[in-house]
Amino acid sequence: MKFDKAAGENTLFDNAEVVGRPTHRVDGPLKVTGTAPYAYERHDVAEGQLYGYPLGSAIGHGRIVSMDAEAARNSPGVRAVVTTLEIDPLEKGMNNVARLFGGAEVQHYHQAIAVVVADSFEQARAAASLIEVEYEKGDPEDYDLGAAFERLQGSGEMDTDTGDVESALSGAAVMLDEMYHTPSHSHMAMEPHASVVDWSDGDRMTVWTSNQMINWNHGSLATTFGLDKEKIRVESPYIGGGFGGKLWLRADAVLAALGSRAAGAPVKVALPRPMIMNNTTHRSETVQRIRMAAGEDGKLTGIWHEAASHTLPDGRGENATAQTPYFYASEAIRTKHHTVSMSLPESADMRAPGEASGLMALEIAMDEMAEKLGMDPVAFRKLNDTQVNPSNPDQRFSDRHFVECLERGAATFGWADRNTAPGATRDGQWLIGHGVAGAYRGALVLPSGARALLEGGKLVVETDMTDIGTGSYTILAQTAAETMGLTLDDIEMRMGNSAFPVSSGSGGQFGAASSSAGVYAACMALRARIAEELGVEEPEFREGRVIAGNTNRALSELEGEIDAVDSIEWGDFQDEYQMATFGAHFVEVGVHAGTGETRVRRMLAVCDSGRILNPVTARSQVIGGMTMAVGAALSEDMALDSGRGMFANHDLAGYEVAVHADIPEQEVIFLDTLDPVASPLKAKGVGELGVCGVAAAVANAVYNATGVRVRDYPVTLDKLIGGLPPLG
Amino acid sequence: MRAFSYEKVSDPAQAAARAAEVEGAKFLAGGTNLLDLMKLEIERPAHVIDVNGLGLDEITETDEGGLRIGALVTNTALSADARIRRDYPVLTRAIAAGASGQLRNKATTGGNLLQRTRCPYFYDTAQPCNKRAPGSGCAALSEGAFSRQLGVIGTSDACIATHPSDMAVGMRVLDAMVETVTPEGMTRTIPLEEFHLLPGDTPEQESALMPGELITAVTLPAPVGGEQKYHKVRDRASYAFALVSVALIRQPDGTGRVALGGVAPKPWRSAAADAELPNGAAAVMAELLGGARPTEENAFKITLAERTLAAMLAEE
Repeated sequence: MKFDKAAGENTLFDNAEVVGRPTHRVDGPLKVTGTAPYAYERHDVAEGQLYGYPLGSAIGHGRIVSMDAEAARNSPGVRAVVTTLEIDPLEKGMNNVARLFGGAEVQHYHQAIAVVVADSFEQARAAASLIEVEYEKGDPEDYDLGAAFERLQGSGEMDTDTGDVESALSGAAVMLDEMYHTPSHSHMAMEPHASVVDWSDGDRMTVWTSNQMINWNHGSLATTFGLDKEKIRVESPYIGGGFGGKLWLRADAVLAALGSRAAGAPVKVALPRPMIMNNTTHRSETVQRIRMAAGEDGKLTGIWHEAASHTLPDGRGENATAQTPYFYASEAIRTKHHTVSMSLPESADMRAPGEASGLMALEIAMDEMAEKLGMDPVAFRKLNDTQVNPSNPDQRFSDRHFVECLERGAATFGWADRNTAPGATRDGQWLIGHGVAGAYRGALVLPSGARALLEGGKLVVETDMTDIGTGSYTILAQTAAETMGLTLDDIEMRMGNSAFPVSSGSGGQFGAASSSAGVYAACMALRARIAEELGVEEPEFREGRVIAGNTNRALSELEGEIDAVDSIEWGDFQDEYQMATFGAHFVEVGVHAGTGETRVRRMLAVCDSGRILNPVTARSQVIGGMTMAVGAALSEDMALDSGRGMFANHDLAGYEVAVHADIPEQEVIFLDTLDPVASPLKAKGVGELGVCGVAAAVANAVYNATGVRVRDYPVTLDKLIGGLPPLG
Repeated sequence: MRAFSYEKVSDPAQAAARAAEVEGAKFLAGGTNLLDLMKLEIERPAHVIDVNGLGLDEITETDEGGLRIGALVTNTALSADARIRRDYPVLTRAIAAGASGQLRNKATTGGNLLQRTRCPYFYDTAQPCNKRAPGSGCAALSEGAFSRQLGVIGTSDACIATHPSDMAVGMRVLDAMVETVTPEGMTRTIPLEEFHLLPGDTPEQESALMPGELITAVTLPAPVGGEQKYHKVRDRASYAFALVSVALIRQPDGTGRVALGGVAPKPWRSAAADAELPNGAAAVMAELLGGARPTEENAFKITLAERTLAAMLAEE
C-alpha cells in the first residue's frame, strides 16, 4: 500500500471501536507470570545448549600482544575458547562503528576479546578469568570534550544557517550566551544484551536474541560472518528494554555464534552487567553553546546552537542541535554539531537521540531568556511558536499543537499559582520550585510489512516487528481487529522473527506509526482477497462478518486459509511537511535547603502526537520516558576516567537511574489530535517524546526552588550547596 | 567464581577453629556481599564455612541494661525490634536507610560490619587496587580517576575507599562493642571504634579480627536517650550508598554525639568533636573533619557534612 496522500475522512479509525481504546497489553499475563520467553531463557529452542562467557579488554585502546588461554582451555567443563587473535577482524554490520570481534586492535575498554564456552555458566565464567592477556597500550589521549569544543567552535560548514544570525545577536535587545553540558548516558536495559546461537555446523545459523531491529540484525549477521541471509534466522519475540542499545548487532550474538561454531553446539551468551557500560553503546556526552537574541517584545530574532559529542572514527555521535532548526520561530537560526574522535566505547543512539540531549540545554536556555525578558516561560514559548519550519518557511508542520500543550498543562498543573521568585517558597527545610519545558521529537516513518492469515474466523498476523516493552503486540492486534471487524480475542500476533515480513522495527519513535500502518496494509490486502473470493465489491467488515449487498457471511464460515502480504510505503508528499511530535512538561521539586538533595514531587506531561492507538500503553511509554529523564536530570552520569579512557561506574548501584522512591505522582494528558499526513491511522509515535524536555523542566524547577542555575547535568547536590540560601 | 569447598558448622568455636585451620576459608552468612564479590572474582575463597546454623539470631538483654544482638540477626529483624526502635532509634533509622528490603532480609549484623568497600576500582579486576591486590597501586588516586564517592579522611596514599555500612554508623554513635570467638575458643570484646582499621600501607587489612576469629554478637550499652536521628544524603532517594551520612544523638541540654558515614574507611567519630556539639555544626566538623584530605571531586563532602548536621540541629 502506498500512502501517497493525506488520510481524509476515515470511517475505520475515526469511528474506531478497538483502536484508541484503553487496552491492557495482550502479552501482560506472560510477563507477570514470568513465562514470556526472553532470549537467555530459550532453553527449549535447541538441545544441548552450552554457556559462553565473554572477556573484555582491560585497556582503553591499543593492541593485544599475546593471549594465553591454555589454563582456560584446561579448566573443568570447558568445551571451547575463541580468542580475538585467532579470528580475522570481522566485517562490521550496519551502523556498527566499533569492531565487535577479531584481530589485535583494541578500540575501547571492555571490547570483547575472547569467549569461553563450557557446560555450565559458572565453569565458563571461572575459566574466562584465567585467560592471560598482554597488551600494548595506545598513546595517551585527550578526553576533554569541552576543550575540543573550544577548538572546533565556529569551524566547518554550518548544518543550518538561515538568516543573519550574527547581526541578530549583535543588535539584540536581549541576549543569552551560555555553555551547557550533558554527561554520557547508558541505556541500562533491565535485560542485558543476550543471545542463544546455533551455528553448530558452521553453515546455517539460528539466533535467538534481544534486538529491536530484526532485519538490520539479520543483515548485519550476514555481513559479519559472510553468510547468505537465507542461511540465517533471527528471533527476538520479547525484549526486556532496548532504548536504542539493541538497535544493532552486538557482541553477545557474535560471541555466541563463534562459540557455537567452535564447540559444535548451541551457545548462549549474556553480557555481564559490569560490561554493559563499556562494551555496548551509549549516548555521548555533549558540550553545547547556545546563543539567543530577542526583541523587547519577547520574539526570538536569532538562535545559534553549536554542540560537540564524542565518537569513534566514522560514528555519528549525539547531535544535540537536532531540534533547534524546527522548534521555535526565529528568522535567523544557525546550528552545528561537531563530532570529536575519542577512543571511548562506541557512542550511538539512545532514546530520542539528539533531541534528548539538545532539549536538556535548549529548554534551560529558554527559561533563562524568559527571565531576562521578564516574561513567564510558558508565555514566552507560546509567543515563539511556529506553524512552519523556521529554517524552511515554505514547509508547514503537518500538525502542531505545541501551544495547546502549554496551555492545557499550565491550567492543569496550576502554573499561574507558582511563586516566580527563585528560592522563596519553603516547606519546612525544603525549598519548593516549579519548572516547565517544551518537548519536540521528529515523527519519522519507515516502510513496514506484515502478513495477515485468516482461518476459521481467527486472524494470525505475522511481522518481524518487535515489542521492546512498548506495547507493539497490543496496538498491532488492535489495528488488525479494527481493520477486520474482529475482536482482540480473534487475533494472534506473531512477531520478532526474520521469517516474517520486514517491518519498521522499534526505534526512533517510528515503530508504532509505521508498523500499525503496515498491519493495516496487510489487513486491507486480506480484505481485498476475501472480497475477490466472495465476488463482492467493497464489503464492510464488522462484528466478525463480511457484508456487501446480499452477502453477509461470518468470517468463521469462510473455507480454508486466506492470506495476504503487504507493506506500507510512504509517499513523497510527506516531504512537503515537517512531521514531529510536541509536548510540554511541568515539574515540581523540593530541594533540601541544607543538603541540596533534590526530590521530584509531581510531574505532568501534555503530549501532541497524533492519534493515540492505546492510551494505556502510550501512557506507559510517556511515564517511562519521564522517569528516564528524572535520572538524566538528577543522577545518571557515566563517570569518565580520563586517565584510562573508560567509564568507571559499572553497574546499577554506581550508575544511578531513578528508583521507585524517586518517582512521585505522574500525570499524562494526550491531546486528542489527528495527523492525517503522518499515517493512514493519523498516528505518530510517543515513546521518545516522553523523555524530551523533562530533564530541563526539572533543572528549571531546581532553579525556581533555589535560585541556583545549573547548566551542567546531572543537577547533583554538590553543584547546589555553594549557592543555597541560609537554613531557615 | 572459583570452585570452592563448603561446610556447614554448628558451633561458633568450631567455626573459628575450622576457619583458622583451612587455608583461604571465609565465613558465609547472608551472602549479600560475599557472593557478589565471588562472582566477580574479587573474593576467591578456597573454602566456605556456612555459619547460618549457629543460632546467634536473637536479641537479648544484657546485665548492664543494654542489648546483645546475635551476629546472625538480620538487618530487617534488628531494625524492626521493638526495643531497638524504642531505645536506640538511630540504629533503626540507619539500617532502614541502607540497601533494599530484599537485601536487608538476608543481610546479617556480623556480615554488615564486614562488608567491603564499593569503590569502583576495587570492583574492576582489570584495574590496580591495593585493597584487592596488595601492592598493585590505587587506581582511584591516579590522574583523571573517578573519586566522587570516595573517602576524604582517614584515608592514605594507598587507599581512599570508604566503608559503606549505614548500620555501623548507627552502632558507632551508640558505642557498640563487637563480641567474638577465637579459633582457640576464647571470647573477646572489641569496641566498634577499634574494629575497623584505617588503611595506612595495608588497606587489605580491614578489621581487628585475627585469622579465623568469628563475630558472635554486637552489644549495645544501656540506652542513652536523647533525640536520635540519621540523615543519609545521596543522589537518589533510595538504594544508593551515602555521599555523607550523619548519625546524631542530642540530649536536651545540647550535648551529644555525632558519627559520620560515607567519608572514611570506618564510621567516623571523635570525642573532641562530640564535645563541640553545643557549639554547632561548624565547630563539630572543624574537629571531626579537620584533617581531611579530599580529592577535587569529593571535597564537597566536607561542606555537605556540615550542612547536613546543621540542618538536623535546626529541625523543629
